[in-house]
Amino acid sequence: MKFLKQAKVAGTIVILAVLAGCAGQVNEEVKAPAVEPVVSKETASSASTNEVDSSAELAAKAKAAADAAADAAADAERATAEKIKSKAMAADTLFFFEFDRSDLKQDALNDLDAHAKYLTADRSAKVRLEGHADERGTRAYNLALGERRANSVTRYLVIQGVNRSQIESVSYGEERPLSLVRDDSGWLRNRRVELIYQ
Amino acid sequence: MRFIAIAIAIALALPAHAELVIEITRGVENPIKIAVVPFQVKSSGAFDADLARLIESNLERSGQFRRVGRETMLSLPGPDDEVFYRDWRAIDSEYTVVGSIARDDDDGFLVRYALHDVYGERILFAERVPGDSSSLRDIGHYISDRIYESLTGLKGIFSTRLLYVTAERRSEKDQTFKLILSDADGGRPRTIFQSSEPILSPAWSPDGSRVAYMSYRAKRPGIYIQTLATGEVKRVTSFPGLNSAPSFSPDGRKLVLTLSKDGNPELYVANLRTGELTRMTKHFAIDTEASWSPDGRSILFTSSRGGKPQLYMMNVASKTIKRVTFDGDYNSNGAFTPDGESIVFVHRTAKRFHIAQMNLITRQISILTETDLDESPSVAPNGTMVIYATSNNEKSLLGLVSMDGRVRVRLPSVSESVREPTWSPYFN
Repeated sequence: MKFLKQAKVAGTIVILAVLAGCAGQVNEEVKAPAVEPVVSKETASSASTNEVDSSAELAAKAKAAADAAADAAADAERATAEKIKSKAMAADTLFFFEFDRSDLKQDALNDLDAHAKYLTADRSAKVRLEGHADERGTRAYNLALGERRANSVTRYLVIQGVNRSQIESVSYGEERPLSLVRDDSGWLRNRRVELIYQ
Repeated sequence: MRFIAIAIAIALALPAHAELVIEITRGVENPIKIAVVPFQVKSSGAFDADLARLIESNLERSGQFRRVGRETMLSLPGPDDEVFYRDWRAIDSEYTVVGSIARDDDDGFLVRYALHDVYGERILFAERVPGDSSSLRDIGHYISDRIYESLTGLKGIFSTRLLYVTAERRSEKDQTFKLILSDADGGRPRTIFQSSEPILSPAWSPDGSRVAYMSYRAKRPGIYIQTLATGEVKRVTSFPGLNSAPSFSPDGRKLVLTLSKDGNPELYVANLRTGELTRMTKHFAIDTEASWSPDGRSILFTSSRGGKPQLYMMNVASKTIKRVTFDGDYNSNGAFTPDGESIVFVHRTAKRFHIAQMNLITRQISILTETDLDESPSVAPNGTMVIYATSNNEKSLLGLVSMDGRVRVRLPSVSESVREPTWSPYFN
């Protein structure tokens, strides 16, 4: 029974990893064209205007050109980083679950990927994951359930390359409901993990 | 003297507002009819501690008594007056309590009372109880216990206490949680710990001197033990992950609790003297809500190891585990009755959460409540009643139900959301 369950968990991880991989490739393609043109234009202009300079000057120029190129690259990198960051900031920070379940829903993955991308790009970024449950069921059990939900999100982010040390998680069980509506529509909103940048 | 008078006025005014309202939804078929005559005040000065009201409310809340309304009484005798039994038979009172309160020279009071058997036409007993202004409610509870014990043969629970958590919510992240200690009737509520972060799982030490609970300090959960007399707070655990659901061993030396520091929610026993931790479970599922049996040999807990939350029993010495509940897809948060023969727990049936009781020998389950979202059952130390948290529209409130399910009393809270009531042990 135990092995079966572990095998099931492992299976889920593989599927999630594959899904995440696909999402990652799409993002790479978007990024590439933005970087290349900027760098090549800068180097081309500096090389063409100074043909008769001495070797020392040439070396200096070359260095300047390299610096400029590096600056440009850094600018581009910053632009890319900004893009990754803004994408993460625009992504959803609430991830919902079924009753008494802690497995991630498919519709959470795109947004989690955006967060993972930012967190792997900027290792100084940190998140706090707060796990929650709806009011049905008992409080201490729900506290454990909230932790399991936060752990599901943690595990997913770590598989995407986020460092464990960038994630802090805590469970609030059913103590901090988003909605006070006492039916399925309210409970649905309360069974969640909240991702909060620190 | 004037200062004392003010202090008394405050002490007497407070319970009237704070007391939870009693509402009996069902009762026993033939409750004992009792008339509690307003106690005579035998000293000068304005002074109105309605001990008679306190006593009749206490007795009525047990479901085993029904009060005889004071407006129907034909006479209002005191302890020194003759009691004309036919006056009491005429209004169908089986027992009549008469009493008086007198202030003595200092801050002290003397309460005298007698319990009359109307049909037997005799005094069952009479007592003189000394006290001071701060102990009038205690005296009222003591008299209630004496009457209850004399007429039912069971030990009274009116002098015991309740511990519960309230939450005042302004928004999701702006709440005030309070751990409150009150009399068994909800009177004299007093905040013993307050936090903007949740407070969970309050539990009494077996001698009633300390309480354990979970709270978040610096946004991290921990288990704390607070000594009631001094207010001193000691941290038991604050590991990464869960630190929850503490329950004292019957000797008060150990605490069983849930920690997830090793990856999963598991039960551990903390030795409170040495600080030593012993891991009790090892399973990838959720193990939590442990409760020590009165004989100290077993621990009842909730586990999702079968796929859904169910109750399991662990032998403490051998750590062997047996499943206890099979009926229904959600059984959790169990607690033992004081005799150790039964358990009460949260049981889901037809998508509703009720309080249920199970006899551990016959395995017979009876559902005690009819409301929904009922949780956190805690048994009175005499085993007659269960206090639990329930919901009414948008509010959470406390309910009482007798162990046979026949008597139900609702204790609506004044304004706040009330949860996790825990009944104290006897203090003597």
